[in-house]
Amino acid sequence: MKQVSLTIVFIVGLLFSNTLLATPVDTYEFKSDSNQKRALSLAHSLRCPQCQNQNLIDSNSPVAQDLRLEVYEMVDEGKSDDEIVEFMTSRYGDFVLYKPRLDPKTYVLWIGPFALLIVGFIVGAMFIRRQRSLQTGSVEISAEDQQQLDELLKRNK
Amino acid sequence: MKKLVLFLPLAIFLVMGIFLYQGLFLNPQQLDSALEGKPIPAFQLERLETPGEMLTEADMKGQVALLNVWATWCPACKYEHPFLTMLSRRNIVPMYGINYRDDRAAAIKELKREGDPYTTNFFDKDGRLGLDLGVYGAPETFVVDHNGIIRFRYAGPIDQNIWQNTLYPMVQQLQAEAKAEGATS
Repeated sequence: MKQVSLTIVFIVGLLFSNTLLATPVDTYEFKSDSNQKRALSLAHSLRCPQCQNQNLIDSNSPVAQDLRLEVYEMVDEGKSDDEIVEFMTSRYGDFVLYKPRLDPKTYVLWIGPFALLIVGFIVGAMFIRRQRSLQTGSVEISAEDQQQLDELLKRNK
Repeated sequence: MKKLVLFLPLAIFLVMGIFLYQGLFLNPQQLDSALEGKPIPAFQLERLETPGEMLTEADMKGQVALLNVWATWCPACKYEHPFLTMLSRRNIVPMYGINYRDDRAAAIKELKREGDPYTTNFFDKDGRLGLDLGVYGAPETFVVDHNGIIRFRYAGPIDQNIWQNTLYPMVQQLQAEAKAEGATS
């Protein structure tokens, strides 16, 4: 059993390592492997402004190539991820971010779904409560009525 | 009242529907420029025609101007070129060119053959200025005010329609602003 799961993990790992190996590195020599890793993951997370549904790694447009090399060089210069993202957004706007930032413009985007969920819960709770209050409690019968009822039933026999 | 509440989901759906329907007609290629309201990035580039002559952003300050990104490899630039040439003859607004990632000899030849609408051409061989301007294709046109602040960016070829409805009113307004501030426009 353990063997099987290990094999599965291994195969999945292979699949993913393949996608990593298949990415073009533009014959750019990184100073270190960790730099390469960071640069590639960063370039993966930035959108190409020209062919808009590809990230900087996948896109073949000249602009993407420029930006890609720019990212690589900045990583090698030891700039932080935030600095590099800032460099990109100051030129190309928030559009290049796949994951939108949390600012007043995007509050609806980030908080909207949760707000809807909460509204749904509240409406649901109100509905259930109303249903419960409408259910009339079991009807108590007074002693006199009970007597009358008994008499009537007797008479019928 | 209770009946109205039942219609609430429908109302919300309709409002969202209208929003999303409008979204269908937006042009995803029309990105807002991140540079509008910011000064022209600092640069130092050679003049296209004279290798070795260095120009900077200071060379186009002091007046309202158009900054047009172009290249010989770009078909849409060829399309807008005749209109730009005609525009330059009318002496409304000076036009600066950024020759973007292009071959110098080919660019000079093209201007000789097709006419040169530009006051000055900056030779941006490796696209560095283009990158700082957030250019992602050619042609792109920036409207710059007399303080060297980018006020508008238009991506795509300029034609009579765009000029008349968008760029010309803006240029006029900025020139009026410049006059009011006593700058030489």
